[in-house]
Amino acid sequence: MTYQEKKSIVSLISAVVIFGTYCLYMYPRHPEGGLESLETFRYWGSFVLILTLLSIVAHIIISILFNILFRMTTGEKEPTFADELDKLIDLKANRNSFFVFILGFLLAMGSLVIFQPSQFMFMILIISGFISDVTGSVTKLYHYRKGV
Amino acid sequence: MGKHLVGNHIRRLRFDHNEMTQQQLADKVGVTRQTIVALEKGNYSPSLELAFRIALAFNLPLEEVFFYGENTNK
Repeated sequence: MTYQEKKSIVSLISAVVIFGTYCLYMYPRHPEGGLESLETFRYWGSFVLILTLLSIVAHIIISILFNILFRMTTGEKEPTFADELDKLIDLKANRNSFFVFILGFLLAMGSLVIFQPSQFMFMILIISGFISDVTGSVTKLYHYRKGV
Repeated sequence: MGKHLVGNHIRRLRFDHNEMTQQQLADKVGVTRQTIVALEKGNYSPSLELAFRIALAFNLPLEEVFFYGENTNK
C-alpha cells in the first residue's frame, strides 16, 4: 500500500474518531431550555466553531504523527509535493465532498421550510459536513486504489 | 475504473534501463512513485507533458513508450 492510500485511510479513521468523540463529549452538554432558546443557539454555534478548530488541530497532529510513523516503518520519505495525479484526485475528492455538503445544506434549509425546529437544521448541517469529509477521504482512497 | 486505452511499456523499459526503480524514474520525471505505480498498472493515463518526460527519461520516442490500446504490462 502506498503513502497516499495509507494517508487516506488514516484521514478517514481520524475524521470518524474526532467527530464521534466530540459528539459524545458535547451530547450531555446540550442545554435544557426550549428548542428555540438563545442558549440552544449558543450551544450549536459553539459546537460548530469548536469542532472546526478541533478537527483542524487534530488533523495536523495526526498527519505529523503519521508521517513520523511512516518514515520509521518503511524507511521511505513521504512525498513533499503533489503531482498531476494527486491534483486530479484532489479535485475529484473535493467535487464529491462539496456535492454531499450542498445536498446537506439544501436538506437543512428544507427542514426550516417544513417548520422543523432550528436545531434540526444545525444537526443536518453538522452531519452533512462530517459525511462530506468522509466522502472526500473515501473518494481519494478509491481513486488511489482503482485509478482515475 | 475501466481499462485505459493508453497503454505503456514502462515496466519493461525500467528493467531494460539497468533495472531502474520506480522511485528513480519518478524522481527523473518529477512525479511521485504512486503515479509511476498507477501508470504501470494501467490505472492512469498521463498528461501529454508527463508522457513526453517519461519518453525523454528513456531516450525513446513517445510511441515506443506509449501506445493506443490495452495495457500489456498488467
